Amino acid sequence: MKSSVIVFPGSNCDRDVAVALEKFQIKNQMVWHDESNLPKSDLVVLPGGFSYGDYLRTGCIASKSRIINDVLKHANRGGLVLGICNGFQILIETGLLPGVLLRNKKLRFLSKNVFLKVINVNSKFCLNYNKKNIIKLPIAHNEGNYFANNALLKKLEDRNLIAFKYCNEKGDINNTSNPNGSSNNIAGILNNGKNILGMMPHPERLIDPLLSGEDGSIMFESLLKSH
Amino acid sequence: MKISATVTLKKEVLDPQGKVVGQTLKNMGYKNIVNVRQGKYFDIELDETDKEKAKKIAEEICKKLLTNIVIEDYTINLK
Repeated sequence: MKSSVIVFPGSNCDRDVAVALEKFQIKNQMVWHDESNLPKSDLVVLPGGFSYGDYLRTGCIASKSRIINDVLKHANRGGLVLGICNGFQILIETGLLPGVLLRNKKLRFLSKNVFLKVINVNSKFCLNYNKKNIIKLPIAHNEGNYFANNALLKKLEDRNLIAFKYCNEKGDINNTSNPNGSSNNIAGILNNGKNILGMMPHPERLIDPLLSGEDGSIMFESLLKSH
Repeated sequence: MKISATVTLKKEVLDPQGKVVGQTLKNMGYKNIVNVRQGKYFDIELDETDKEKAKKIAEEICKKLLTNIVIEDYTINLK
């Protein structure tokens, strides 16, 4: 399996995700945002960070980068795209995923571990979570408050396009387990074709017992298995 | 030609920063504050003399870059 991690000025989780991909024998290449050709890839990763210092709106300037034209072509051909944190914000700004990410409800930057329930275990990203669907991953963001109107929420729920929801240790999804005010506790969503996943939590940060857990590894194992 | 654009969150979208600014003003003693909405302001210089054309370009850049039309509204002023 081949992957490309797109690096923007201000990306800061690009190397973490590259380490994770390589750990699972995914052949990875780092691709600078100003390149016009995307190398042959099965998976494109838009990493976390603060691309362009979050100028104008988070992910906005990055979404107009030269390489994005090829990422759009790759995505529209059904190629896999994973956007983590700022990568999710970029996916929203490109229009590949619907809705919007607002500032956290309490206006605070959040950096902590949260529990997540894997809602859709059928996508290529999450196959292996069928054995363990309540997981713990870190979040680190200021604009992660996913907002969608009622019609869009209904569509996401009905078509099973919600990948993750914030929950508590027992898997209960409620207001107290919602760290940032997201509609319906949404932490990650898929597109209609289920080949694009955008998520605020960081799976690449939990891929080794030394990093205090391996719940993130399951995603990379799923990607390998589905390939 | 100079144009300006003001971008604000739509009325139905929660504006936490505006709310905090409003609350702070009330705390400072401005009891008659009803509501505050925070936004962004852009001054744009265009190499264009035709008013209609300038307006068209301004509309386009507001839609394509300056606003996220899902949550924000914009107003354009030609000077």
